[in-house]
Formats: sequence, structure tokens, C-alpha cells
Amino acid sequence: MSTPHDNSEGPRPTVFVERQTYRMRRTMDAARLVPLLGLLLFAVPLLWPTDPENALSTSKTILYVFGVWLMLILVTIRLSWVLRSLPPSDKAPDRGGER
Amino acid sequence: MAKKVLLIEDEPNIIEAISFILSRDGWQVDTHSNGHDAAEVVRSKVPDVLILDVMLPGRSGYDILRDLRSGGGTEALPILMLTARGQSKDREMAEKYGANRFMTKPFSNSEVLEAVRDLVNA
Amino acid sequence: MGTLNALVAVCLTYVAMLFLVAFFAERSAMRGRGGWLRSPLVYTLSLSIYCTGWTFYGAVGYAARSGLEYLTIYIGPSLVMVGWWWIVRKLVRIGRTQRITSVADLISSRFGKSTLLAVCVTILAVISATPYIALQLQSVTLSFAVFAEAGGGGQTIYTGESTALWVAMGLSLFTVVFGTRNLDANERHHGVVMAIAVEAVVKLFALLAVGAFVVWGVSGGVSETFTRIDASQLGQWQMNGGRWAGLIMLSAAAFLCLPRMFQVLVVENDDEEHLRTASWAFPLYVMLMSLFVVPVAVVGLDLLPEGSNPDLFVLTVPLDQGREGLAMLSFLGGFSSATSMVIVAAIALSTMVSNHIVMPIFLRMTGGGATVSGDVRHVVLLSRRVSIIAVVMLGYIYYRLTGGGEALAAIGLVSFAGVAQVLPAMLGGIFWRGATRLGAMAGLSVGFIIWLYTLFLPSFGPGLILPEFVLQQGAFGIDWLRPRALFGIEGLDPLVHALLWSMTLNTVAFFGVSVMTFPSPLERLQGAQFVNVFQHSGGPRSWSGGVAQSEDLMIMAQRILGPAEARALFRREATRQGLRGDLPEPSPDFLENLERELSGSVGGATAHAMVGQIVGGMSVSVEDLMAVADETAQMMEYSNRLEAQSRELTRTARQLREVNQKLTRLSVQKDAFLSQISHELRTPMTSIRAFSEILRDSDELSADELNKYASIIHDEALRLTRLLDDLLDLSVLENGQVSLNLREGQLSALLDRSAAAAAASDDGRALRLSRDPSKEALMLHTDLDRLSQVFINLIANARKYCDAPDPLLEIRVTDHGDLLWVDFIDNGSGISDDAQDVIFEKFARVGEPRVGGAGLGLAISRQIMQRLGGEITYLRGENGAAFRVSLPRPAMAAQ
Repeated sequence: MSTPHDNSEGPRPTVFVERQTYRMRRTMDAARLVPLLGLLLFAVPLLWPTDPENALSTSKTILYVFGVWLMLILVTIRLSWVLRSLPPSDKAPDRGGER
Repeated sequence: MAKKVLLIEDEPNIIEAISFILSRDGWQVDTHSNGHDAAEVVRSKVPDVLILDVMLPGRSGYDILRDLRSGGGTEALPILMLTARGQSKDREMAEKYGANRFMTKPFSNSEVLEAVRDLVNA
Repeated sequence: MGTLNALVAVCLTYVAMLFLVAFFAERSAMRGRGGWLRSPLVYTLSLSIYCTGWTFYGAVGYAARSGLEYLTIYIGPSLVMVGWWWIVRKLVRIGRTQRITSVADLISSRFGKSTLLAVCVTILAVISATPYIALQLQSVTLSFAVFAEAGGGGQTIYTGESTALWVAMGLSLFTVVFGTRNLDANERHHGVVMAIAVEAVVKLFALLAVGAFVVWGVSGGVSETFTRIDASQLGQWQMNGGRWAGLIMLSAAAFLCLPRMFQVLVVENDDEEHLRTASWAFPLYVMLMSLFVVPVAVVGLDLLPEGSNPDLFVLTVPLDQGREGLAMLSFLGGFSSATSMVIVAAIALSTMVSNHIVMPIFLRMTGGGATVSGDVRHVVLLSRRVSIIAVVMLGYIYYRLTGGGEALAAIGLVSFAGVAQVLPAMLGGIFWRGATRLGAMAGLSVGFIIWLYTLFLPSFGPGLILPEFVLQQGAFGIDWLRPRALFGIEGLDPLVHALLWSMTLNTVAFFGVSVMTFPSPLERLQGAQFVNVFQHSGGPRSWSGGVAQSEDLMIMAQRILGPAEARALFRREATRQGLRGDLPEPSPDFLENLERELSGSVGGATAHAMVGQIVGGMSVSVEDLMAVADETAQMMEYSNRLEAQSRELTRTARQLREVNQKLTRLSVQKDAFLSQISHELRTPMTSIRAFSEILRDSDELSADELNKYASIIHDEALRLTRLLDDLLDLSVLENGQVSLNLREGQLSALLDRSAAAAAASDDGRALRLSRDPSKEALMLHTDLDRLSQVFINLIANARKYCDAPDPLLEIRVTDHGDLLWVDFIDNGSGISDDAQDVIFEKFARVGEPRVGGAGLGLAISRQIMQRLGGEITYLRGENGAAFRVSLPRPAMAAQ
């Protein structure tokens, strides 16, 4: 975030948006981040040893994969719950971050 | 008693001609030949008719006319304007400022004579 | 046998129930009571067609063969949905604002409504979907066979071929009935979606039931199950890393690109809000679907005899345990998976085939287009129905030709890889404005060819389509063209190998060609619309009205949308335009809306073409539009040009004003001049007339008087003549028509003559001249007469106007070498400052009373001096009136 003591002249966008809008923006950021996090976590099994001596047992891997899965789902539930409260006008465009 | 005509004109030959015509008809003719003091001369001489040229040295005939019409006992003085410029604009100006008659040079002697008579009798 | 009959009965009942569900859903939607149909839950469940019969049965088989690798098929889509904010949200928004009907329509619309691209995507989709449909038919057939075996076998009625045929026909019927009820794909198939949602519940429930039975019924609990898993041949993490990553990517891509997924995800979407629920609910659904796969596989491997088909464990395990009811449920689950996939795929593909292949051909064949041909609405419906049947039958034929079996089982991922080729064009299209039609074409073609060569054709096995030696040695014997080892890189998993090369080269071609080519205006417009869909949700603006006939448009719209809807649409538009009646003006707005409505029925490119035919090519050649609207640079240039023009105008206006002022001044001057001439002419004439009348009318004039008056008349006549002479002189001089008579002469002699001439005139007083003859001894070469005229005028003026008691005129000559000055200075009071400026003007006269002369003398003198190359000026600072005549050197003769 910009520092508040940046008092350049002329009108400029408010540095601090309303608390609720701010929360919303960050939730959108989080929503964008979730799949990347998921991708990362689901890539972890690539590092697991595959030689028969050190290989992980399938039960453990199942627990890991489904654990990650469930975690992603729960996070998404939480995020979609927050994003639900977007006021209708604000819902569609969030120009700043729409890329 | 003879009626008085005052002629304000700067061209000597024309003064001579008009004086001749009018005096022969029994008028008393006074002349004056510049514009500067024309209005004062008119007021002091109190003529029955004034013949006023437009192009005068010192002051334009229209100026003098306006001056005379603005007061000093000459508001109703019969005035015959003479001009050699002969444009309709001149006639308009003369009417606007209150001339009774307007004539373009060259004129016929009888015209002048009749005009002066008319102006006095009117 | 009893089982089999019961199965058939249950199956038919189930199908009948589906028909009913679809029917009632459709009906309540028509009556506008279908609120519950448009719930996020239904939407999420409809997405479950991702889990087809292949995944329902095959996942277990997959797990039995390759362990946890099957999870990748579910993880990919889960990630896509969890990341809905990125892609899916945008796709849905674009789909809704642009009324996209299919994935082919999306690509086509994005890249300038290109028909060719749409055809390419359609063909690609059909090619990759056909084996998949065959796969579904196979799964149903196989599951039937399981029951047939269990029931004693030998029943010829239930042979694979006939089962598949019956299923195919039933599915075609269902799809035709509920899939082509509404023409506008965007009006959504509520019946179909509802039926699919029901099937989704059935298949999840079935799989969970089997799983629960296996875990708690067979294995005896969760921990026991885990122990059992670890002890089995699947007990260790044995994963090909390339496949794990590659398949996650592949399934994610396929999830977005599969026509049937696009259908339910984007086209059937009622409300963007539903995505929010689906974002977590769909991952949850597929997670549950995959939860018990490994246990079932492990138990199946444990319990069933060696060599039994692991693909059917979901059925065979319950059967083996004597749980026929459960097996029946499981069968229904599989049946549901297969049928829902086929139905939606058939709808999606038929929309594409009909909109992008049949309709363009139909339009071209009928030539004149929608206005003259028959009822397009029927044509579209018919073509769509035929397409549905064709698509399903194509799957059946494929199934029959390949004979099913293992080769078919592998085709699922191959099919995925095929449709995934659309991904670069799709993502590039919605996120990158620089993507061009040619880029998309290039990427698609390259990807498609590589996929065909490295994956699809080899999947039939060596010798079937690709000859053995091509697989071994590469096409034309070129080693690096080996389908399984492009560029000589060996040892990769064939799927990963094909995926790597096709997607890489696809993306490179797409990007490279896009960068190198320039998009058409329409493409750029659409690109902006797609990429910035969240900024402006308006459609592309490309029609200009005026020429389009509203009646024609009405006729066309009726044929496509149906009379009632078309009239409603037109009335709505007319009302919006503030018009009464049913026909709106063909404004760009209206045409745009109409085109969008139509594109919901026949696809973007076709709708564009149809409106185009009626509007008569009055497409605002979008270039103009772009030039003005989109290109800021051009805007700037344009405005600069305007600014320059306006500056130019201002300048011209100023010049005009100046010229006008000059003309006015000239006109005033001319009036004054004429008035002056009039005065100068009339004054002598007045005297002449007056005295001639006196002479005529008076008899008693004395001889003196007679003489005097006659002289006056004479003098005034002379004055008139002089005036006319002067005027003519001036006119000649001013017009430059004068010819100079150059002669040699002595300055002193000239002055003598001039002084004498001036003195000869009557008017004026005696004037003494003061001269210095020594200085006047100069030879001149000039027009001596003209110069003398100037001198005479100056001397005469001094005579007339010098007011000194003893008038004296000094003539002072100064020779400056290249310039000769002749000054005339009198001892009078001179000319006042303000009069000095005007003395050279015509009719300017200074002093009073006037003595003859019309005031043209100095004006003429000035003209003469100009002609002679010199000048005449008034000298300030002298005591009296002083004039200087300057003559240039050439006027002075050589000494």
C-alpha cells in the first residue's frame, strides 16, 4: 500500500478505500491465489521417491492428496462466502485487478 | 420694410450671383463667408430667411444647422440649404437636422427666388 | 436371467423417469415457475457430466492399473473451478454478453466471427468426441454384458452391438426431444439440465454406496481398508512424474475446452452467481466421486479372479458379494454417467455442426439468404436434429468399427488431448488482445496435426491407420518424425510426449503468428470486447442502419426465433427507441441486439452474415469505426487536423475581415472622392448658370455689369477646364498609363521657365524668389515637362498661400551625388502639423479662403515624382511651408 504521507498535489485516487471494499479486493486476490496454491501442493507428489525401498505407502499419499483437496474446497467455500456479499454494482468490474 | 436674407457661402461668384438675384427682387441681402462664427452672425442679424451652404471653411453647414435648431431663437428660422455634393445622403442629413428646403447646385435663379419667397410666406 | 430382465425393467423405468423429469422441468420453465431449476445446486450437478461412464467405471480400472494416477483427471478440473475467478468467470461473462452458443462459436466470435475457425474447431471437436461417445456406448454395453453373464449368458438379444444400438437410438431420441425444443441455445435446456442433475445425484449416490459397502461391508472399516490398500499391489507410490503433472494440466484444459463442458459451464449457465457455489461444490463432487475408487480397486483385485476386467469392478464386486440391488444401483450410476455425457455432447456438437457447418452451407446454397428462402427456423431445427442423430450414430459406428476393447479404453485421454488444442486460442482470445485469427488458425492447425500424428492415429495400434514402419522409422523414413519420438526425443510416455509437443508447438504457432499478423478491425473490436468484458459488457457495434429494411429483418427474425418471440423482440426494441408500433428503426443498436439474439440460435458468424445480407453490406466497414473510436493515435491525429483546420479558418477569416475593411475603406474613399469631384464641378457650374441666367433675363444691365458677369462665366469655365485637365492627368498618372518624355535639360533653365509660368497666372500675389544659380548648374535627364509641372505647382502654391506680408520663396538646390534635392521654402506661417499629413491627398486644401484650384496640385505632383523615380515630401522644421523634391541619380545627366 502507498504511504499516507505522499501528499502530491492534485486529485488522485484515494489511497485507502473503505474497509469493506478493501476486504473485498483482498478476497479477490485470495480467490486468484487459491488455484496456484493448489497447483503447488498437487505438484509436491512429484518430489516423492518412487524407488520401491523408500516409496510412500498409498494410504499416506491418499491422505495427503485428499487432505489438500479438502483444504482447497474449504478455503474456496470461505472465499465464495465472502465474495457473496459483493454489492451488485461492485460485483462485475473491479477494474484495478481485472487482467 | 424689406425682408432680410442672410447668405452664408464661401464661393465669391455664387455670393455675387445670389445677392444680385435677391436684391433685384427687393430683398435685403447680408452675406457671410466662413463657418466659424456663422451661427453667431445668424443670431445677431436675425434674418427672415437663411441660405446656408454645406461646404464651408471652418465649420460644416450641417453643424451650423444643428446649432441653430438647438436654440437661441433660431429654432423656427426658415433655412434653405445649398450643396454642391448632390448625394441623397446630403438631403437626408439636411432634413434630419431641420432644414426647411434643400437645393443642389447648380440651381436656376428662379428656383432660389421662389424658395426664398415660399419660406418667408409659409 | 431374472436379474437381466429386472435390469432391463429398471433401466426402462429409469429412462422413463428421466423423460418425465425433463418434461416437467421444461414445462415449469415455460410457465416461468422454474425458479428452482435455476439454482446453483442444479448448475453444479450439471457440471458433473464431466464424470462420464468412462470415469465411473474406468476410474477403478485405472486405479487398479496405475494407482493414484486416476486422481489427475479430477484434480485438474477441481483446480480450474477453485480458480474460477481467473478463467471460468470470464468465460461465463463473455458467453452471456456475446450470446455464445458453443466453444466453436466462442473462438469464431473472438476472432472476427470467422467461419473457417468455427469449422476447424467443430471438426476437431467432432473427431475427438466421437471415440468418447463410442466409449460411453461401450461402457453401457459392457455393464449389460456383466449382468448377462451373471444371469447365465447366451442371450443374443443383449449382444453388445444391439445394446449399443438401442442405447444410441434412445439417447438420440431423448436429445432430439429435449435438446431441440428451443432453438436459441441461450434459452437453455432446462429439461436436459434437470435430467442430468438427477443423473448426477444417482451416479454419486451409486458410487458412494458401492464405496461404503466395500470399505465398511467388505473390508470392515477405514483403517482396515488402509491396511488392505498398503498391502496390495497398489500399496506404494509409483508415479510417473511427467504423467502426473501432464494429466493434471490436460484434464484442466479439457475441462474448459470439451464442447459438452462448455455447454453446461457457459451456455447453460443461468446466473454468474452460480459459479460461486460451483467453485467449491464441483471439486467436492469429484472428490467424493474419486474417494472410494482405490478401495474398490484394491478389494476387486483381492476378491475377484485374476484376469477379470478391473473396469467393471464397480459392478462385479457387489455382484460377487451377492448384492444384486447394489449392483443394480451401480449399473444405474454408470448408465447415468454414460447417457448424460452422450446427451450433452450431442447437443453441444449438434449446435456446432448446425451453426458452423450446415447453416453456412445452407445460406450459401440458397444464395439470397434468409429473406427469400423458406423458413430458416425449421431448417435450423432440422439440421440440429439431424446433427444430433449423426453425432450419436457416428459414435456407434466408431464403436462398431473398432470393436471396442482395450484400444477404446485408452481413447479417453487421447480425446482430451485433442480438444485441449483449443486451449491456447481460447485463453489467448480472452486474455490477450493481440491474438489474431491467423494466429488461432495456425495454433489450432499445428496442434491438431501433431495430435493426429503422434497420438490419435497411433492409438488405433500399429498397422491400422498408420503403417508399422511409420511408427518405427518416422514418416518418409525421416527419423525425427517418428510419431512417438518427435525430434528424436525418446523415452517419454506417449501421451506426455504428444501433449508436450502438440501444446508447445500449438502455443508457439498461435503466439508467433499472432504477433506477426495484423488483425482485421472486427477482430480487434471483438478482441477488446472479450478481453475487457468486465469493463464494458456491450456487444460489438458493427452495423449502420438506414438501409436495412426493418420488415426484412422481421421476416428473417421470425424464421429463426419464431413469430411470437421475434415480434416481442421487435416491439421491445421499438419501445426502447420510443416508437409506436412493432417495427423499430434499424439503428446500429437494434441491429446489434438483433444479431446477438440471432447468434444465440445460429451462431455468431451466421447471424452476422444473415444480418449482413439484409443490411446490404452496410457494415460500417468497421475500419472507419475503429479509426475514429479505437485508435487513440488516429483520434489525436484527427483532432490535430481539426485544430489545424480551425486555425486555418481563423486565419482566413481574419484575412477576409482585413480585405473587407480595406474594401470598406476604399469604398468610403471612393464615395468621398466622387462627392469631392461633384462639389468641385458643381461649384463653377453654379456660378456659370446663375450668371448666364442673369445675362439672359436682365435687360437693364450696365456695360460694366455685363462685362463683369461675362468674365466670371469665362473664369469659371476655365476653372472647370482646369479641373477636368487635372482629373484626367491624375487618372492617367495613377493608372500608370503615362509615357515619360525623357530629355536633357539644365535645372536652372527649368526653374526659370517654371517661375515664369507660375507668375503668369492671375491669382496669387507677387512673390520674390531667392535662388542660387551656381548650384542650379546641373544637367538633368528626365521628363522635363512633368518636372516643370511640379515646380510650377509648388511656386503657384507659394504665391497663393504664403501669408507673409512680403512673400519670399527660397529655392535651395543640394546635390548629394546619388540624390538631388530641390527645396521650396517660403516665409509664410507654414502648414499646420495635422494638415501636413493630408496635403498630398486629392482635394486636400489648406487654408482659407480658397483661391481657385481644386486641391489636386500636390496629389498630381506626388504622382509625377513617383513616375520619375523620386519623391516629394513636406519638410518639417522650416519656418514657412517647405517642400522637398528629390530626384534620383539617373535623373541627373552625366556631367
